[in-house]
This record gives sequence, C-alpha cells and structure tokens, in this order.
Amino acid sequence: MMGAEFVQLSLTPILIGVLASIACALPGNFLILRRQALIGDAISHVVLPGIVAAFLVTGTVAAMPMMIGAAVAALVAVVLIEAIRRLGRIEPGAAMGVTFTSLFAGGVLLLEQSDTSAVHLDVEHALMGNLESLIWLDATGWSSLTDAAALAGLPPELPRIALVAALISLLTWLFWRPLKLTSFDEGFARSLGMPVSIIGLALVSTAAIAAVAAFDAVGSIIVIAMFICPPAAARLMTNSLGAQVGWSLVFATVSAVLGYVLAGYGPIWLGFSASVSAAGMIATVTGLILAVACIAGPMRARVGQGATG
Amino acid sequence: MTASDPSGAEGGLDPRSPLAVRGLTVTYGEKPALFSLDATFPAGRMSAIVGPNGAGKSTFLKAALDLIPRVSGEVTVFGRPVDQVRDRIAYVPQRASVDWDFPTTAIDVVLMGLYGRLGLWRRITGGHRDQARTCLDRVGMADFADRQIGQLSGGQQQRVFLARALAQEADLYLLDEPFAGVDAATERAIIDVLKSLKDEGRSVIAVHHDLSTVPQYFDHVLLINLRRVAEGPIAEAFTPETLTKAYGGRLAATQLDRLALSAS
Repeated sequence: MMGAEFVQLSLTPILIGVLASIACALPGNFLILRRQALIGDAISHVVLPGIVAAFLVTGTVAAMPMMIGAAVAALVAVVLIEAIRRLGRIEPGAAMGVTFTSLFAGGVLLLEQSDTSAVHLDVEHALMGNLESLIWLDATGWSSLTDAAALAGLPPELPRIALVAALISLLTWLFWRPLKLTSFDEGFARSLGMPVSIIGLALVSTAAIAAVAAFDAVGSIIVIAMFICPPAAARLMTNSLGAQVGWSLVFATVSAVLGYVLAGYGPIWLGFSASVSAAGMIATVTGLILAVACIAGPMRARVGQGATG
Repeated sequence: MTASDPSGAEGGLDPRSPLAVRGLTVTYGEKPALFSLDATFPAGRMSAIVGPNGAGKSTFLKAALDLIPRVSGEVTVFGRPVDQVRDRIAYVPQRASVDWDFPTTAIDVVLMGLYGRLGLWRRITGGHRDQARTCLDRVGMADFADRQIGQLSGGQQQRVFLARALAQEADLYLLDEPFAGVDAATERAIIDVLKSLKDEGRSVIAVHHDLSTVPQYFDHVLLINLRRVAEGPIAEAFTPETLTKAYGGRLAATQLDRLALSAS
C-alpha cells in the first residue's frame, strides 16, 4: 500500500481530502462560537445552482467562472435570507433553511434540464465530489515528488485547494485577535473601534471561499460535515480557543485519512468486493469522532456548570 | 485634553467633560429609544445613569460610544470625537451580553483589555500577564486566573469584566449595569475599585438600577426616561420630584421619602 501504487492512486485524493477538510474546519471554529454554523451549511448548498448557472453561461467548467457563479449565488442567498426574515418576520434559522434548500433544489432542477453530459457535473458529483478520481497518473513512486515532469501532471484540484487552505490558515493567524474578540464580545470589540461588521463579513466570505474550493474537489457532504463536526468535537476537548482550533485540525485530518482508507479497503476487509464512497465515509468518520467526543470529551459537562445568568 | 485645549471642543460641548452629549436621538425601528438628550458628566467623579426599565440607559451608553447608530446628536469625550480617544475609554458591557461558554480563561479575558494597545500582532509577554494578574488581584479574582469563564459565578464574571477594563488603564470608565445580579461581596468589591479609580482622578459613569444606593455610591446623576428628566449633583437632581417625574406612578410615596432621606 505504501509503494508506487499508493502514490499514484491514493496520495493525491488523501491530500486533497485533508486540505479541503482543514480549509472548512478552520473558519468553522469561529462560525460555531458565533452560533452561525448553519451559514457554512447554507453556503455549501447555494454553491450548486451558482456553479450550474456559471456552466450554462460560459459552457465550461473552468475554475474562475465557477468561483464567480458560486459567489453570486452566495450573495443572492444572503439577500434572500434577509428579505425572507424581514418580510416574513420569521427567525433567521428558518429563513436560512428555506433559502438554501430552495436554491439547492433549484440547482438540481437546473442541472437535470441542462446538457451537462459532456462535462463532469451531475447531482451525485455535487453531493459526493469525485475524490477517488483525482489520481496522479504521472507518478511512478515516491521519487515523483521531486520530478518536475511528473508534478506537472498533478490533478489541478490539489494546488488549488492547497492554496486556499494556506490562505485561510494565514488569515486566521493574522487576524486571530479580532476574530477571537468579536466572536466573544462584540460590544467590547466595537468600543475599541474594531470594524466588527467587516470582520464578520470577512469570516463568512472566507468560509464561502473554502466551501467553493472544497466543493469542487470533494462535494458538499464533506464541506457541511467539516464546517461543524471537527470544531464541535474540538470544543469538547478543551477550554482554550487556540487548543480548540488545534484539535479541530487534528480531527479534520484524521477524518479525511481514515475515511478515505476505510472507504477504499474497509469493505474488502469485511469480505465485500466493491469500495464505498470516500466522501460519504469521511463525513461518517468525522460524525463518529463528534459522537465519541460527546460521550468521552473532557469538557463535555461544562454547559450549566457555571452560575451564568 | 484639558480646559487649555479649546480647539478640541466641538459644537460648544464642554471640552473638560469626560462625556458630553447634545441632542442625542436613537430609534429602534420606528420606536424612539432616546429623544434629544443632553448631558455633561463631570470629570473625576462617579456618575450614575438612572431611569425605569426601557428608559434608554444602556442605549445611551451604546449610542455615545458609536456601538449603535444614532439618528442625530453630538458626542464628545474629553472634548474630542469618540473615534479619536478610544484608547482613553474602557467600556464594560452587560454581563448577559456575551456567551460565557466561550473557550477562554479569566486571565485571557483580562488580556483582551490590552488588545487596543497591542494591536494585531504584538506579542503578549510575561509582563503583560503580570499586569493582567494585578488587575485580577484588584477585583479579588487572582486565584481564578486560569478558570474557564463559564465555571465562574455571575458576580465573579462581572469582576473579570471589571478587571479587563482596569487593564485598559483608561481615563473614562463606562459600565452597563455592573451590579446586576451580583452578590453583596461582589458589589462591595466593585464599588471599592470604582472609588479607587475616582481617587486616581479617573471618571466613572455607570448605568445603575438600584435607587437606594445611588446617593451612597455616586456624586452625580443623570435621570432619564427617553428624555432627560434631571441632571446634576445628587442633592439637586435626585429628589422626590425628579424621581416621580422619571418613574411616574411606579414609585410608592414611602419609597420616595426613604430615598429623599438617604440623599440628604
């Protein structure tokens, strides 16, 4: 498993899975603490109609039009959520739920009606991505990692998601203090003159970039799971924000690696012939990690301990 | 920023005042929350903002600090626009306004008081930690420095908030209901710290809801109910007449008598 075949068939999908998971889990930490976890969910759903519309307009599946389409769809969703909330006078969670399921459903219909047979764009792909197909055919073994010709044949999803993961890590590190302070105490942050609304918008935009980049490679199931499960499990491990973010990265990485390996080899170990969806298995593993943290996490009993008013 | 700096004065507001407002009007939707309010707080004193529920006390603090938009009105802090003097202001929000389940410790919250001076990237050193510990010590919370904030009682949480404000080393302290839902020991500890701030020449303005302690704790009072009802030294502005005006029929005659006695 660790030889040339591994480098050719498993290394790149695992790396892409890990990087996509990290890119989503990082902003997920702050979204959860702000009780905005649903936003990650909403974004990953509205990405679909955006991408389909971009394809219908441009006729290609190039990265740039897809990104723009997804961004426009996210913007439409934000406006719709606000409009429904104000005109319908219902709570934000319900407005979000209505908006993103409707837009996602619209995306599915749009996808079925349009001729996308020539390109890799269908409902199954939107949900589960095509992680298993992101293989590195030019690789002949570990030595290919230093071979420029072979590296040129890497699936383009890998450098793209690597860039996004690096960018999000850098932004989180650079703006750690404002992110932490505005998530904990918005009023105090404003009294210091911090641009609280801009920071909130930047966080949601960063989550959107992560969702769009990850969606392309791994599908929306992993995106939704990674925004919520690793940070939520990490919160149950520690009472420090820094350690929470660290744990969430560990959980995201473990989920991606373990999920991919289990999907590929698990059924065979159990005597079945075919492997199962890597995206589905990765999301399942991260859900199981959350379940274990809920039962055994050292900080699971914290709620209600304090005499908070 | 003293009286010798008249150039900093805006629109005729007293440049020596730590907080002066004129014509402050705020609305929530179409509902007015504050209407054309004037106030001039004295420097180096403890001032209370008093009024019935929904009178706009917290709204006043938030609008003065630009935390919420105002429809109209001028605000100066030491004769300057608020944005120019934010480093001289320490704001203590209502305890209930934050999620105490947040993954952070007491000392970490106090260190947030240094963020204004540290900026985005300057490292937190041992010196900063010592400073934060000193602030916790001043409010009697030194033994709880590494406690997760959700494990503290309401009174202890309020003291941590005050310690964070101390770390800011401000000239003007604005506190929103610092005594709400706290135990007697905490109330004592908080008032002692606030009085020591006053002794250092700093100005303290607090939203306060317990009428019986107003004369005992404060020098100056702003009585509001959407509009300004009265403002001035306790003896002048905190009288049965002004209280009746602010609270309408909500105070019994016996209460008013008792308050008048304690004020004189």
